[in-house]
Formats: sequence, structure tokens, C-alpha cells
Amino acid sequence: MVSGLINANPVVYQKKERRARNAPCDSDEYAVEPIDQLEIFDHIRDIKDPEHPYSLEELKVITEDAVEVDDGLSYVRVTFTPTVEHCSMATIIGLCLRVKLMRSLPSRYKVDIRVAPGSHATEAAVNKQLNDKERVAAALENPNLLDMVDECLAPSYS
Amino acid sequence: MADLCKLTQYVESFVDVSRTPSQQATSLETITSLVKNNVLTIETLVREMGMYLTITDNIIRGRGILLLGELLACLTSKPLDSATIHSLIAFFTERLADWKALRGALVGCLALMRRKTNVGTISQNDAKSVAQSYFQNLQVQSLGQHDRKLSFELLACLLEHYPDAVVSLGDDLVYGICEAIDGEKDPHCLLLTFRIVELVAKLFPDPSGTLASSSSDLFEFLGCYFPIHFTHGKEEDIDVRRNDLSQALMRAFSSTPLFEPFAIPLLLEKLSSSLPLAKIDSLKYLSDCTVKYGADRMKKHSEAIWSSVKEIIFTSIGQPNLSINTESLNSPSFQENEMTTEALRLLQKMVVESNGLFLTLIINDEDIKDIFNILNIYTCYNDYPLQSRQRLNAVGHILYTSASASVASCDHVFESYFHRLLEFLGISVDQYHNDKISPVISLNFGALYLCIEVIAACRDLIASTDENTCSVKEKSYSMLQTFSRSMVQLLSSTFPGIVKQDLHDAEFHCAVKGLLNLSTFPVGSSPVSRVIFEDILLEFMSFVTVNFKFGSLWNHALKALQHIGSFVDKYPGSVDSQSYMHIVVEKIASMFSPHDEVLPLILKLEMAVDIGRTGRSYMLKIVGGIEEPIFYNLSEVYAYGNSKSVEILLTLLDCYSTKILPWFDEAGDFEEVILRFALNIWDQIEKCSTFNTLMDKVLLDATMMALKLSVRSCSKESQNIIVQKAFNVLLTSSFSPSKVALSTTIPVQMEGLQILQQKDNPTSRDEWILSLFASVIIALRPQVHVPDVRLIIHLLMLSITRGCVPAAQALGSMINKLSVKSDKVEVSSYVSLEEAIDIIFKTEFRCFHNENTGNGSVMFLTELCSSIEKTSLLQVHAVVGLSWIGKGLLLCGHDKVRDVTMVFLQLLVSKSRTDGPPLQQFILEKDNETSLDFAVMKGAAEAFHILMSDSEACLNRKFHAIVRPLYKQRFFSTMMPIFQTLVSKSDTSLSRYMLYQAYAHVISDTPLTALLTDAKKFIPMLLDGLLTLSVNGINKDVVYSLLLVLSGILMDKNGQEAVTENAHKIVDCLAGLTDFSHMMLVRETAIQCLVAVSELPHARIYPMRRQVLHTISKALDDPKRAVRQEAVRCRQAWASIASRSLHF
Repeated sequence: MVSGLINANPVVYQKKERRARNAPCDSDEYAVEPIDQLEIFDHIRDIKDPEHPYSLEELKVITEDAVEVDDGLSYVRVTFTPTVEHCSMATIIGLCLRVKLMRSLPSRYKVDIRVAPGSHATEAAVNKQLNDKERVAAALENPNLLDMVDECLAPSYS
Repeated sequence: MADLCKLTQYVESFVDVSRTPSQQATSLETITSLVKNNVLTIETLVREMGMYLTITDNIIRGRGILLLGELLACLTSKPLDSATIHSLIAFFTERLADWKALRGALVGCLALMRRKTNVGTISQNDAKSVAQSYFQNLQVQSLGQHDRKLSFELLACLLEHYPDAVVSLGDDLVYGICEAIDGEKDPHCLLLTFRIVELVAKLFPDPSGTLASSSSDLFEFLGCYFPIHFTHGKEEDIDVRRNDLSQALMRAFSSTPLFEPFAIPLLLEKLSSSLPLAKIDSLKYLSDCTVKYGADRMKKHSEAIWSSVKEIIFTSIGQPNLSINTESLNSPSFQENEMTTEALRLLQKMVVESNGLFLTLIINDEDIKDIFNILNIYTCYNDYPLQSRQRLNAVGHILYTSASASVASCDHVFESYFHRLLEFLGISVDQYHNDKISPVISLNFGALYLCIEVIAACRDLIASTDENTCSVKEKSYSMLQTFSRSMVQLLSSTFPGIVKQDLHDAEFHCAVKGLLNLSTFPVGSSPVSRVIFEDILLEFMSFVTVNFKFGSLWNHALKALQHIGSFVDKYPGSVDSQSYMHIVVEKIASMFSPHDEVLPLILKLEMAVDIGRTGRSYMLKIVGGIEEPIFYNLSEVYAYGNSKSVEILLTLLDCYSTKILPWFDEAGDFEEVILRFALNIWDQIEKCSTFNTLMDKVLLDATMMALKLSVRSCSKESQNIIVQKAFNVLLTSSFSPSKVALSTTIPVQMEGLQILQQKDNPTSRDEWILSLFASVIIALRPQVHVPDVRLIIHLLMLSITRGCVPAAQALGSMINKLSVKSDKVEVSSYVSLEEAIDIIFKTEFRCFHNENTGNGSVMFLTELCSSIEKTSLLQVHAVVGLSWIGKGLLLCGHDKVRDVTMVFLQLLVSKSRTDGPPLQQFILEKDNETSLDFAVMKGAAEAFHILMSDSEACLNRKFHAIVRPLYKQRFFSTMMPIFQTLVSKSDTSLSRYMLYQAYAHVISDTPLTALLTDAKKFIPMLLDGLLTLSVNGINKDVVYSLLLVLSGILMDKNGQEAVTENAHKIVDCLAGLTDFSHMMLVRETAIQCLVAVSELPHARIYPMRRQVLHTISKALDDPKRAVRQEAVRCRQAWASIASRSLHF
């Protein structure tokens, strides 16, 4: 384990205003509201950074634009940007994102988590690790790791 | 005597420190009562206690003396002779030297000195010797907190009540006090010491006397407490606040002018501190000192004060609040922080006290003069940089404050500024009485702003001073008089500029405020002549009538008019109020004439109501104006069925019922108008003998609502008049008694096959009259006597069979109100409740079938409902009618309601013949016969909704219904067992379905607290009901309300036990509801309920976790977003109680 913080002094950005959705009209009880970018973003914006008491949104690790979603094809891809290139927390962050989305989305969805191109030193390795079902499952068997993930996810359930 | 024997015992128990405090208190009480009842004299007591008072043991002696002191404190109202008092005070005076047993001596002295004169007080000589002993013997600062407090109380008491005795002590007194109070820190004691300083300062007012030499010493002690820094938390000393201390210190500061050389420099120094609290305190103290020290002493400080105050105002003030904010019209100065307010207060005090000196200082100040440079640079508000806006605001405030300080200062300010400001504005000053405005390219905003502040100051000054003292010859007054016309012209000339978007809102705000200021001078001492006042009103009116497209500006101008209205209304009968009435109110009232098309009707109404609210006479006028088109259009509609009139009427009637009538109720005493309105409605319909076209149902509803609300607000007498009038009109209709035979049978047609929905059908005149009559009946007070009750009941029942719901409501209301026994002498036509019920339930209906016009069958109302042989629309109507009658009975708590509900229940059960088609088929069935059957059952189920819910239309407190407390609870508890047996007995799915629907209505309208007490019993049935009703979407609202009951129980602490028992069933039921496709709210609430279930005891819910997680994973793919969000929360809640492997 690394002693000390990876990024001791991250830049904290302003949180974006929560966009209020226009109130659903009562007239159409049966209309379908598809899962969209903002909804996915709302699921993951409040996940806490593993190192700092800030949300991923505040650190601009994820943005709304970094979420691609296609409800028809049941596909979602989240591209996140670690705060520093050599961030060893990138896998943890990715794992958190994946777990949160798996818990929040219908089972028909395929979730793809990626590090933004050029933002991480071992980009390919991280991407491979995050999208390997076996390795994710194995990681979650590890009680320490799972506790860590749960801690990061806690604020996003409030 | 027996008591006396125990005296020693009592004394012993008080003196003994090992006894508990309560024991000591009891013994003190006993001794006190002995002395009070004259069983024991004080002399005897003292003699008895002799040993305790003189013993060498410090503790026992202390307790002994304390006993005597406390005893005296309890005897404040018992007269004592002077010898006793003298010897006692001599004893205590001497004991003051006994520092080891001091408490008792202090308490005793205090008790004796506080006595009222009528029960014997101590002499001046004694007081003097107390004081001498005090200063000789007491080292106050070396005592404990409580003893210090007592000593200070003693000292304050001496200074307050025996001033003559202590004055003679002279210097000794002052030094003694200085010594006693020096270094005090306890807040309670400090409050007392500040008071002592204040008292002693008042004792020696002589500027060259005793205090003169020692004032510096005394102040040295005071000064170090300023500014009060008090950081005690809430838990300690809760009774002393920082503010109390600060106030006490302030009074001490300003107690004598002798402190001036020390206090003012200190305060000025603290004024420049960076601590806001210190600044505010300094400003407050300075204000107080200015008043108390007098002008001469303050003169030498005025420059220093002015420069500090100026700096504070300039830095603390914000920019002028000139947004079109309707609230800001009232106040002369806008919202300020405390510091600015205090600074301005000090400024005003200085101006008032200093006889013009201070004002000269202000006027000659460079910074103030500098404002004219700013005025030169910028003309438009938008050009001003932020800093200059602040500067302008500050100067505006300073001018306002100084001008409104006194008459002289107002004159002074006007002389120095007014002409210059006018010149900036382009009003020529040279040619008096020549009201020409020289053309300026654009308005100078700054000058306008300052001008308006100065005018506001002048107005407030005149308003605050008494009329007698206010001389009309003031210069400011005459200047305003001279220029008011040109001011008004100038201000109103800005209106077109606003409309053309040349000017900022701020200019408009200023112009409106200026006009408002000019028009709100107190009537009688206004420099603004009547003509000009009228000009102002005309300007506003023309703006308001033309520029209605500028929403906020229009509102602002309207608010100004409203403001003038409520101001003028304070002077009833004055010339101004006449002008207002004439120009504004009458104009608005006349706008409602049918040919006036200038403004949209909605705005007209808004304006009318806003203006009308400012005064009673105005509202009367305006209501007159509104009533006219109502009745004109009503007659139009009656005669020609004019559809445009219908539209206008709907708006007008809505305004009347929702805005004007509530105002009437609030203001009170408008009964005459309301009565006139109600009668007029009847007049209109009376005049028109036939309707040419059929009427709109919507219009009828609006008219009924207006009539209902009007009648409701009337008194008993007026209601009698209205009801009589209505009855007379009713007689002219086809319902007249000659046509409705007063027999016990009512002929009705059995119309088998007819359309079910009659809601939007147009109505005929007869129906119209009957509905209006019904609405009058609904709104009557219980005491009002209804003419010819029998006939009316017959009439209403006949209408019920024709499907007239208001008639049913009226009948229900009538029965409900009959339950109050009339205290009057029996009238011949008086009908008691029992009789009325008899009439209703014993009247026979003779039914004629379409095919068989011969003699039909005869039956009662209840039978009509439940007749099985042939279903008809009639039956549906009868059920609705019966349910309103039932509601009337239920509210007043009559037993008959049981029979009524039995009819409904029978319908629910018996209607479903065993050979009937199954439920699903039944609902989809198109066959008329079956769907009528279904409609009757539905009506019977709905009846429970009518019975239990609070209706807006009738039978509520607003319409004077008699409501027994807890009637819902009572009904609920009687109905529950019945439902339970019926449901278990019911054999067809349809009747079960219907029974559950009725049950759901009852349960969802019962208060939750009543449900919680026996939640255990009905939860299983509630769940069954949810399951049954949720099979289709017809009753989704019923499902939702039932689910809300369940969630209420789940959320409540008291419901937990019942819930835990049925947890499994509840989860099953909720899981089913999470895919209730007909209503999103049901799904969402069901998931929320599941979250609540997850809080139940772990062991109980653990087995359900798989089922819930499975359900929720489906809900995650819900079409609605809100449901998905709840599902995520719910999933998390359940996953965290499950094992890890269940996360995915």
C-alpha cells in the first residue's frame, strides 16, 4: 500500500446546479421516460473520492458529458478522468462506478467503464481490469475492498 | 403554646447544617407562620434564640443570624413597631462587622430597608449608620459571589430609598463605592454596580460638587467594561444577556454630564475599532449621551463625531434598492443593516440637539458637496458605477435623516439643496409661479433621487409633528408649494420614456415614489394643492389604464395607487378622499360597463380588487361597478343565451366568490351589499319568465357558488329574507304547489334505458331555479326558518329522482341543521328532525314504467334504491340522493344513518346475483342492463366516500353544518365488523370487489390515529382489499388512497407491532403493487413502503429479502424515472440487510 496521499492537493470545482426536470405531466400515465444521460449522472455524481471527502463531481473525475447511454440498446459507457496520471486509485474509482451502476440499472444493461484517453499512465491495463467480469467479481470477494467501495458509495444513496 | 415549646426544635433544625435544605426550609416556614399569626413575637424569638445569635461558633452564629434575617424577609407585610425595627437594624448594622457570619446580617438589613412605609421602616439615622458601618466594615471584593450580590443590593437600596441619609456622607460615599465595585466580573453583580453608578451620579448633579473631583475615578471603573464583551454560553447565567448588560452600562455612561470628558473620547475611539459590535454599541451610547449631556458639552465633539459617522455610513451602506419591488414603496429608507441604522439615528440626535451647528457641518462637508460632481457626470441610473450608487444612497440617507430631524433643519436642508437639485432636473428656479420646465435632454437620476428623499423627509416631518406646532409658514413648505406642480409634471413626464424603454426601472421607481411622496402629505397641511393631487391621480390612472402590458411596472404603479388609497382613507370626508373616490374609484368602477374595452377583464378585476381593498367606501363603489355587469350579462344570458356574456360572467363571478367575498368576511359588516347581491340574482331570474335557450352547466355552477358563499356570510335575518325571496321565485316555476301535489306519493318515471352521464347537459329554467334554491338551502344557518318545509322536502326529493345532485345536498344540509332544536315558539309549519326524517323515508313514489302507463308500483325511497326487479337510472339517482341525506344524518350523529348504510350494503351484496357474469366480464360488459346494475353498485360504494369525505360544496363548517366531533371514528368502528362479516360471506367476485371499494373509502377517510389503535385487526383485510382492487385500473385512486393508509401505518411508531405480525403478507402485497401499471404514484409509494418495511426487526424480514430484491430488480426498469429512483434506494436498503452475495 502506498503511504501518504497520491494527490495530496486536488483542485475542487463547484458542483453543478441540480437540474430540475420539468414536472411530469399527469395526463400521460403510461408514457415511458427512458433512462438518459442525466439520470445516469445523478446515480454516480455523489460517489465519494476514495482519498478525499469530495464527490467525484466536485473533483471533475466525471462529468455529465462523459456518460454515453443508449436505452434502446441497453448500453452505457462512463468515461472518467483521474485527477493525476499515475493515480493508483483509478481502479478503485472505476470499481465504484461499476458497482454503483450495476446496483442502480436494470439487469439488461451492459456497463462499460473507461479511463479517459491520455489521462492515465497505464490506461489500457486499467480499462482491461475494470471490464473483466471475473476480476471485478474477484475484487468484490475481498471484504476490505468491498468495505472501501461501500464507503465511497454511501453518500450517493442519500 | 405547644408550638412554642417546639420552637427550640425548629430553630435547632434550621441552624443544624447537617439537616437537608428542605428540612431547614420547613422549619423557617413554621417559625414564620408562628410570628405571622401573632403566636410568637419577635422579641420572644430573639430572646429564645439569644444563644444562637451570640455564640462563638462561627457556623452556628451565622446560621442563627441568617434565620433572623430570612424571617424578616418573609415578614415584609407584617407591621412592626419602630422600637423593634430600631433594635433589629442596630443589631444587623453592628453584625456587618462580623465577616465570618455576614450573610445573615446582609439579608436582615436588606429585609428591613425594603419595608414599605405603612408597615414601619427604618429611620434616616439608622440608614446612615448602616451606610457608615457598610463602608467601614465591608470588603466587598473579598466576598463570595452571592454575598457580593447581596452587598450591592444593599448599596443600591440605600441609594434608592434613603438618598438623604447617604448624601451627607459625601466623598466617603463615592470612595466607598469606587472601592466596592472595583474589579467586579460577575454579570449579575455588574448589572447592580452599573445601577449603583447611575444612582450615585444622579445624587450629585452639581457640576462642581462632590462627584466632580471623583468622576474620573468612577469612570475609570466604568470605561474598562466598554464595549461589553460577553461570551457566556447559554447554559450558564441564562437570565442575564449581553443586551441587558450593555443597556445598563449605557445608562451608567449617560447618567451624568460629568462623565463627558472621559466617555466621548473613549466612544469615539471605539467607533473606529474593527469590531462591528463595538461600533454599533458606540453609536448607541453616543446617541444616548448626546441627548443626556446636552448641546454645550457635545459641541466640541461634533466634528469628530460627524467624520466618524460619515465614514461609517459611506462604508456600510449598500446601493439603493430600486428594483420594482412592491414592498419598498412604504418605507422611506430601504432595508439597512443595524450599523447604518444606528449611525443615522445618532446623526439625527446630533442634528436635533445641536441647534443647526451640526447641520452646517454636514452641509459644508466636502464629501457631501462632492455629490454634485457625481450628479454632473452621470445622468442615467445605468451609467452609475457601483461605488457612486452607494455614495448617492448614503447622501440620500444623510439628507433624509437630517431634514426629518426638526423643522429648522428641514428648512435649512431645503434652502441649501432644493433649488440646486431642481436646476439639475431642469426646473427653472428664477421664474416663480411660471411653471415651465426647461427642456432637458434626459432626466438626471441622481438629482431626482435626492429630491425625492428630501421631499419624503419633509412629508414625514409634517406627519410626525403636531398640527398646531407645525407652522404653515415654513420655508420648505412654501418651496414645495411653489414647485409641486412642476415636480409632478416632470415626474409624470418620465412615464412615456419608460414605455419606450429609454429608461431603467430605477427611474420609474423614483418617479412613482416621488409622486407617491407628494401625494401622501397629511391632509390639511399638505403643500400640494388639490388640483395637483388630482393631477397625480390622473397621471397614475392614465398609466395604469394604458400600459398594462408592462407587467411589473403596471403592478408598481397600481401598488402606488393602492398606497395613496389607504393613506387617503385615513381622512374620511376630506377633499383628497373625495378626489380619490372621484378620479380613481369611480373610474375603475365605470370600467366594467359593457362598452369599455380598454383593459382586459382580468386586469380590470385585479385593479378593482386591489384598489377596493384600501377602504370600505371604495370597495362599496367598486362592488357596485362589478355587480352591474354581472346582472346585465345574466339577463343577456337568460334572454339570448349570449355565449360571450357567459365567458365574462364566469370571470366576474369567480372574482366575486374568491376575492371580494373573502375580503368582506374579513372586513366584516358588509351584509347589506351581500344581501343585495343575493336578492339581485333572484330578481334577475324572476324577471325572465322563460329561457330562450338551454343553459350552460358551468355557468350554473359558478352562479351557485357565488350565491352559496354570499348566503353563508349573511346573518340570520338576512338569510330569512333571501330564503323567502327564493321561495317566492320557486313558486313561479313549474314546481309550484299546485303542480306538485301535496300527497304522500310522488309520481316518477322509470326510465330504463338512458344515457348514464348527464353532467354536461344544458339545463332548463326550472332546474336552474331549483339548483339556485338548493344552494341557498345549503348555506343557511341552522337557526333560519325555512318556509313550508314539507313542500320543499317533497320538491327536493322529486328532483333527486331526476338526478339533481344539489337538491340531494340541500336535503342533506336541511336535515343536518334540523337537529338543532329551535328555541323559538313553535311555528305552525315547524317540522322537527324526526318528522322530516319520517317525511323523507315514508313518502311513496309511484313508479310508471314506460311500457306500462297504468298503475305503477308504490315504494319508499329506500325501497326505490334496492328494488331488484328492474334496474333503472332512477335507482342510481336515488342512491346518490340517499347518500347525501345519509351524510347529513351522520354529521349530526343521528341513528337513522344506520338504516341508510344498511341499504347501501344490501345493494352491494344482493345486486350481484349468483348467476351474474364474473367480475372482469361485468366491467367490460356493454349491455345496458348490466352496466346499469354496475352503476347502481358503484353508486352504493361511492356513497361511503360521500359519507366519509369532507365535501367542499356543502355540509362543512363553512356552510354552518352541525358536525359532531369524532363522527368519522365512530362510523369507522361501527362499520368495520360489518364489513368483515359481509366480505367473508360474499360469494361472488363482483360483490367482494364492490365491498372492498366501499371499505377502502371508509378506511382512507378515517384519521390515522384512530386506525392505529386497532391496526392489527384490519391490516389483513386492508391487504386483501389492495389485492382485490388492484386487479384493474378502474379504481386506481381508491387503490392509492388505501396504499397511503398502509404507508401511514408503516411509518408510525404505534403501527409497528401490527405491521411486524403481518410482515409477510404486507411484503407480498407491496411486491404485487410495484408493477401496478395504471398509476405511477402507486408504484412509487409501494416501493417507499418496502423501504419502511426494511426497518422492521431483522429476524422477521430476513426471509423475505430474496423476494423483495427480485421484485425491485424489475422495478429498476420501470418506465417512470421517479419509480426507478425509489427502487435504487429500496434496493440498497434491502441489499444491506442481506448477505454480500446478494448484491448482484
